Amino acid sequence: MVEFALPKNSKITGGKTWPKPAGATELREFKVYRWNPDDGKNPSVDTYYVDTHDCGPMVLDGLIWIKNHIDPSLTFRRSCREGVCGSCAMNIDGQNTLACTRSMHDVKDGAVKINPLPHQPVVKDLVPDLTNFYAQYASVEPWLKTTSPTPQKEWRQSHEDREKLDGLYECILCACCSTSCPSYWWNSERYLGPAALLQANRWVSDSRDEATGERLDNLEDPFRLYRCHTIMNCAKACPKGLNPAEAIAELKLKMVERQI
Amino acid sequence: MSATDTPKRSMRTPLGRVRNLGAAHSGTSDFWRQRVTAVAMTLLMIPVLVIIVMLFGRNQAFVAQTLGSLPIAVIMLLFIVASAWHMKIGMQVVIEDYIHNEKLKLVSVMLNNFFSVAVALASIYAILKLSSGV
Repeated sequence: MVEFALPKNSKITGGKTWPKPAGATELREFKVYRWNPDDGKNPSVDTYYVDTHDCGPMVLDGLIWIKNHIDPSLTFRRSCREGVCGSCAMNIDGQNTLACTRSMHDVKDGAVKINPLPHQPVVKDLVPDLTNFYAQYASVEPWLKTTSPTPQKEWRQSHEDREKLDGLYECILCACCSTSCPSYWWNSERYLGPAALLQANRWVSDSRDEATGERLDNLEDPFRLYRCHTIMNCAKACPKGLNPAEAIAELKLKMVERQI
Repeated sequence: MSATDTPKRSMRTPLGRVRNLGAAHSGTSDFWRQRVTAVAMTLLMIPVLVIIVMLFGRNQAFVAQTLGSLPIAVIMLLFIVASAWHMKIGMQVVIEDYIHNEKLKLVSVMLNNFFSVAVALASIYAILKLSSGV
């Protein structure tokens, strides 16, 4: 059945409040989810105070400041710090987004509350296990598939056809959309989720690809594709401003188009 | 959910688990029928409401006479077919979403089919019986 209750050791208990940094004039409170696989304890929410005068404006800057100045054991992923790599996706103030592009000033009402991406196994603290998510991406075979002999130069594409990939190619696979989707929460082992489906549509829409039909065959399934109920959390969550729900609707339209 | 309590860690590769039994190559028909029945119900909703309001509180003779009219009987029958079909597909989606036990899911889907067909046939029978004046 669907999980209405949390697994046994998921209940969040207490948490440590770390001392305020000495000499700081302007502080911002951070409440951060902590879980260590090695200590056998339940997760907790620790409270930190960040000196905003000594720190950049983004939530990721705050986390790095905490790691450097208060608690080196705080674990999170980050790389490009400019919204390109998708590593620092996490749930900030109830919204899945990238810590590097969300300003801490945009988080109203007191503390900046940070949790890992929802409904994924946690490796440690803010690091989710995205193995299934990446395997789903691999399952849509995200590369150009052709049968025709490879041309001497490049595979050609008109400007109009290239424009069809706008709004699709920009996806950075941060998993904000898929992990915000209730349908994905309930059926992530069978439903491919918004990110993988948006990527699937990116290849289905590519005029150079010669495996469109096979790709659609591979998606035509009550669970892989049709678990999308147009809830639209994906479009709300996407930190790149993309609309996976629309991409999924386009896939469904193509499914109908080839039958009727 | 933490990594350590993931039930039954499988030794199968992640891609193998995702591919699993492959695509069913179906689902589009149900998706399309759900849209068709939704549009049909939207179109039929107002005439059906008008008919129901007309019949409300009237005696059986009047109801039999009204439903004896071919267009009215057809509107009612179309509405029954569209709504029962829509109900069946919608409920199946809910069952597939929330019931993960395979046996329970099969039984639920089967009962849902039985229930929808029974409701549709009972309603059709009632309309035909009234409209034929028996």
